[in-house]
Amino acid sequence: MTDLETTVVEALVKIALMIFGLMTAAAYLVLLERWMAAWVQDRLGPNRVGVPLTKIKLFGLGQPLADGLKFIFKEEVTPKHVDKFLYTLAPISILAAALAIFAVIPVGSVLPADSGIPGVDKQIDLVVAPGFDAGLIYVFALSSIAVYGVILGGWASNNKYSFLGGLRSSAQLIAYEMPLGLGLLGVVLYNGSLELETIINSQAASGVWNIFLQPLGFVVFLVAAFAESARLPFDLPECEQELIGGYHTEYAGMRLLMYLIAEFLHMVTVSFLIVILFFGGWHLWGLTGADNNVTWTTAIIRVLVLMVKVLGVILFFMMARWSWPRFRFDQLMSLAWKVMLPMGLVNLVAVAVLAEYGHRAPMVVGLAGMWAVAIVTWIVGGIFAPLATDNRPHVGFDSRQVTSR
Amino acid sequence: MNADDPNIHWIEEPSLGLSGKMYLPLFVQGLTTTARHLFSPKVTVSFPEVRPKVGNPLIYRGVHRLNKDEQGRVKCVACFLCATACPAHCIDIIGVESPWPDREKYPESFVIDELRCIFCGMCEEACPVDAIELTSLLDLTGRSREEMIFDKEKLLSVYDQTKDAEPMKSASLGGTV
Repeated sequence: MTDLETTVVEALVKIALMIFGLMTAAAYLVLLERWMAAWVQDRLGPNRVGVPLTKIKLFGLGQPLADGLKFIFKEEVTPKHVDKFLYTLAPISILAAALAIFAVIPVGSVLPADSGIPGVDKQIDLVVAPGFDAGLIYVFALSSIAVYGVILGGWASNNKYSFLGGLRSSAQLIAYEMPLGLGLLGVVLYNGSLELETIINSQAASGVWNIFLQPLGFVVFLVAAFAESARLPFDLPECEQELIGGYHTEYAGMRLLMYLIAEFLHMVTVSFLIVILFFGGWHLWGLTGADNNVTWTTAIIRVLVLMVKVLGVILFFMMARWSWPRFRFDQLMSLAWKVMLPMGLVNLVAVAVLAEYGHRAPMVVGLAGMWAVAIVTWIVGGIFAPLATDNRPHVGFDSRQVTSR
Repeated sequence: MNADDPNIHWIEEPSLGLSGKMYLPLFVQGLTTTARHLFSPKVTVSFPEVRPKVGNPLIYRGVHRLNKDEQGRVKCVACFLCATACPAHCIDIIGVESPWPDREKYPESFVIDELRCIFCGMCEEACPVDAIELTSLLDLTGRSREEMIFDKEKLLSVYDQTKDAEPMKSASLGGTV
């Protein structure tokens, strides 16, 4: 085979494995989410469906299959009042974007050169598009397309709840792109690359994960990630209680399934990003090694370490869902613009200073400095920019004057 | 109603305090509560495998039974008090002259439509001879409407089925035996 053919085959195999893995993962994450929801509420959760046509229950591990079948056999209802083209396009675009993001997300390090796979004589990167130097920009571009899916769905549904959900979503997602970008910029600045593999390699080489150096950046990124993936406590786009599902109220069957999978994939994406950017990706001290000389054992250990970390972040996402009430919309906005944005800027400046002058002092000094900055900023932010909880009109405020103005 | 309406009583929001403003303590508090519940014992009962606990079988209102006396005869004297008390009109009795010397009448047929029954327990309270009782059997199911209409034999068989687990209530509750 020629080089080109090898590359194409390699990419196709990776894409097939990736999509299969992601779909399975999304299905089982739904089960995990339901389990977590049940356990937190002192219930047992789905534990009945096992192997089809037998009485083997397997703790309910057959549930995703049953859920999938249910969605496939449901009637594909298209309400009469919708804009048919956009109504169909919206879920496709959101799912396509959510899947395409994974082209640049590494699921491990590399496979060894002497891997024993026929026709392969060099190391295989465990990422669909290896060496893509604009990786993070690509991630951002595609996560912005996800906003289109939500807004289009809300608009095309021609329904007040959906429309409100779509509008709220657009405002929220645009507002939180900003802190997300700032949290990310610190990492990019310090590690000197937009390529996710390089960022991991740089953390692995120094052995200091970014979360230790940039606690503030991590908090900003984490909060923004919650908001970007529309998870509670920032699930205003859909909030089941107020908007009966928000932008996907009018959807049913496979189209709804596409939305739901895309939502879960967003959560998986940000979990991967959090782990890769702040928790050193596949790196774990004393277990995985740091360079690219891998054997099969280390390659597999690296994949496992990465997956365990990602699962941990996902579990945190699911726990958070049941731990805190939803933000009100004005609180959400003031949190983004008045708290997270300044914090992100402070972090960016601190990282810039660290990146410029850090090499002159031992690492400990840099670490202490960054934590001092983080704690001071946190306290100042907490005291001077608390979340406004009271937005009622004040006494002496005449609402008639406002309406007549 | 305007914001300065005298009828509105304005209440000041309690201040957050330093730890509240720092957000993290409350954040951790919420997470610990959730984590505690994650591992706490579950309240769900896996029904067909595990029977739900009936608090007090003596006062539980499940499927009816017709009690028998020591000689194995039906205790009912066909006085129609239960049928009269029944708000759902689900009890249908045909009383005939009794073959036994100790009572005037006995039910030739005693039918309860379990689908109409609202399990209020009025029949049990009305019965002067403690013949009809509600047991703690709670999974009352059937595949047809006819199956759910319980006749005398069926009601007596419910007594045979439950008499060991639940002795007649009247004795423990101080009624006539």
